[in-house]
Amino acid sequence: MNDEPILKLEHVTKAFPGVVALHDVSMAIQRGEVHILVGQNGAGKSSLVKLLTGIYFPDGGEMFFEGEPYAPKSTFDAFQKGIRVVHQEFNLLPYLSIAENIFLEKLPANHGFVDYGKLYRDAEEALKLVGFNIDPRTRVEMLGVAQMQLVEIAKAVFHNSKVLIMDEPTATLTSKEIQTLFGIIETLKRRGVTIIYISHRLQEIYEIGDRVTVLRNGEYVATEPLSSLTVNDLVKLMVGRDIGVAYPFDAEAALGETVLKVENLQVQGGKHPVSFSVRKGEILGISGLVGSGRTETVRALFGADRSAGGQIYLHGRQVQIRSPKDAVRHGLSLLTEDRKSQGVILDMNIAVNMTLADLAKVSKNGFLQQQTETNEANRLVEETGTKTPSVEQVVRNLSGGNQQKVVLGKWLFRDAEVLIFDEPTRGIDVGARYEIYLLLWKLARMGKAIVVVSSDLDELIGISHRMLIFSDGKITGELDRDAFDQEKILSYAYEEYIR
Amino acid sequence: MIKSKKFINFILQEGGIGLVLLILIAVFSIAAPRFATVTNFSNIMQQISINTAISVGMTYVILLGGIDLSVGSSLALATILAGKAITNPNLPVGVAIASACLAAVGISMLAGLFNGFVSVRWKIHSFIVTLGMLNMARGAALQISGSRTIFAFPAVFNRFGTMTFFSVIPSIFIIAFVLMVIGHIILRYTVFGRMIYAIGNNEEAVRLSGHNTGIYKISAFVFCGFTVGVAAIMYMLRLNIASPILGVGFELNAIAATVIGGTSMSGGKGSMIGTFLGACIIGVLNNGLLIIGLDDNARQMVTGFIIVFAVVLDTYREKLAKTQKE
Repeated sequence: MNDEPILKLEHVTKAFPGVVALHDVSMAIQRGEVHILVGQNGAGKSSLVKLLTGIYFPDGGEMFFEGEPYAPKSTFDAFQKGIRVVHQEFNLLPYLSIAENIFLEKLPANHGFVDYGKLYRDAEEALKLVGFNIDPRTRVEMLGVAQMQLVEIAKAVFHNSKVLIMDEPTATLTSKEIQTLFGIIETLKRRGVTIIYISHRLQEIYEIGDRVTVLRNGEYVATEPLSSLTVNDLVKLMVGRDIGVAYPFDAEAALGETVLKVENLQVQGGKHPVSFSVRKGEILGISGLVGSGRTETVRALFGADRSAGGQIYLHGRQVQIRSPKDAVRHGLSLLTEDRKSQGVILDMNIAVNMTLADLAKVSKNGFLQQQTETNEANRLVEETGTKTPSVEQVVRNLSGGNQQKVVLGKWLFRDAEVLIFDEPTRGIDVGARYEIYLLLWKLARMGKAIVVVSSDLDELIGISHRMLIFSDGKITGELDRDAFDQEKILSYAYEEYIR
Repeated sequence: MIKSKKFINFILQEGGIGLVLLILIAVFSIAAPRFATVTNFSNIMQQISINTAISVGMTYVILLGGIDLSVGSSLALATILAGKAITNPNLPVGVAIASACLAAVGISMLAGLFNGFVSVRWKIHSFIVTLGMLNMARGAALQISGSRTIFAFPAVFNRFGTMTFFSVIPSIFIIAFVLMVIGHIILRYTVFGRMIYAIGNNEEAVRLSGHNTGIYKISAFVFCGFTVGVAAIMYMLRLNIASPILGVGFELNAIAATVIGGTSMSGGKGSMIGTFLGACIIGVLNNGLLIIGLDDNARQMVTGFIIVFAVVLDTYREKLAKTQKE
């Protein structure tokens, strides 16, 4: 047996403007093991995978693969060296056959013509490796999610991948399909394939994992055999510590009456209806893992996506929200998770962006009052603390934090009563974050009802009066500020995934 | 420093296209003495009028990231309905002319409404919907007219069509120019125009700001239909006929003028002034090349080349604009 680790990371660091994704991570993966990777949102799991597959390049540190220095230049490079990812979203071409997909990188050819005989023979053999009995001529669009995953795995295995990375492979599978997948993982392990397995589902990793590595805030925490840890131990390891940002929480501010009440809101394709309410002057935090239904819920509430039922009350009066237009008319606003594609118009100037939700205020008989617009925009720039030479500046040229302030300015101008923020500080550096927290607080003191969805637990603990925790489409916990506790929140967040 | 930057910005916007136009005029003036005459400029104005009118509407549609391929056929259909109305012997001349105008504008706006509604309601790219309308309108024009050309319009109508103001400016050019100015004002100074640019840039952001973006998109197609209806009347004024086979290829000229004028096919960027200059460039090229003695085939090749060249130039301009910002 070869005891040398197949993959070794030494002091690997990766930073983005304002955020350190991975800091000084050293870890080793043994040949032929199923190595589990866990951590909260933003712990650095995805960044690690992207480094291993040549999508990101490390800023510092070294990686070794089979004892050799390893620095993949592209995913194709990583794949040729033998490291491959099976993604949550598949990279298969739906209108081509299974066989063509498996051999897409290198179709067997004869003088430039595809050798279909060989292609199908090879494909059959590849599919046999994963125990998938299907005609390789079948078009991929005919397959279900689990079957597509098998094709991806077959592709990886047949091309002699030595390390297979699986990112949340069971997220969309039924329990029967999960068992099939675990069977295949066992087979692969016996063939000597090393597997790096990323999952939120803390229960299932015990069925297949050998060792587990925990990441937290981009840092390495521990690597242990799974047999020596309980689920509770894992959660404890994942809990972050305070990163020392000051949160301007004002405990004295009085809360008013309930402004927004949501009853049995059912998101499209969701499993459970959710109910909650927000009061005047209150900041309600919504926590949970990515994909737990947080974003889906606020989008359905705002009418951005169709909801499948439920009642919404504003000041006790029921309202119908079928589109963002209805929502805005009733005084709701949504600051979307994806700022660049849904929040701002990048190639238009600050004034245009800030007045977009309420053009009636800057126009007369359908004609824009350009002087009024400029004045209003200047006032909003001041109020939000947006740093810019002028309101004529194109939004693309602003930093992420300032772009976010422009979106905030847009909703301030509309005078929205309920402000929903989805990941308000994502990709924003620490200084600008603090300014956004201050703005949130200012809004709360003005009597707005505020909902903040965030993956950053420290942030939610720092700024919220109350917190809801989502897990697998369901609200599994509700805590008041004095009961906030990282461990408790995390166990709620993982609740539906442990069971 | 500031001066040169302002100049560069000017070149980067409409100024660049204006400069190209001036260079073309200068080159033709030197190459052919018959080019730079008052009569010839009057000719050019007449030649570009119809394309200018259609391009005004096309600019709105393209700014939204759409396209309207049906304008030529709609124009033919509009002339047929208008021709039927204007030659109706039972109507007094004034009423006949008025109802012709209403019929032309009404039917093209209806076609625009169809284009806009179908592409918005079922999320079908307007390329496909208007391709269908191109055939439907042409078929309807042939059917209604029995494939026959309509002529013998009232004399007063024909007389207005050949009128020139200050013996230079053709009447139909004035109509086109007014339409262009209206198009410019709406685009630049109204809420509607603002929404056109905003939706063309990022429809989702506009929708999430609480707007019904579909209404604006449909309106743009209806407006495009309106300009086509006006263009149909202009065509009848100029040539004194209504025919089911006219207008073939008009959509391509209008798209060319819009794109040469700097409007981006993916939407959100462009201007009415640019489009007008684009239409002028096409007109000057066609006229100038004819005068220096190129035949039809050669002219077509050169014009085609210029269209491609203009777009290449435009992407280059865009790159330059980006580096300017930094």
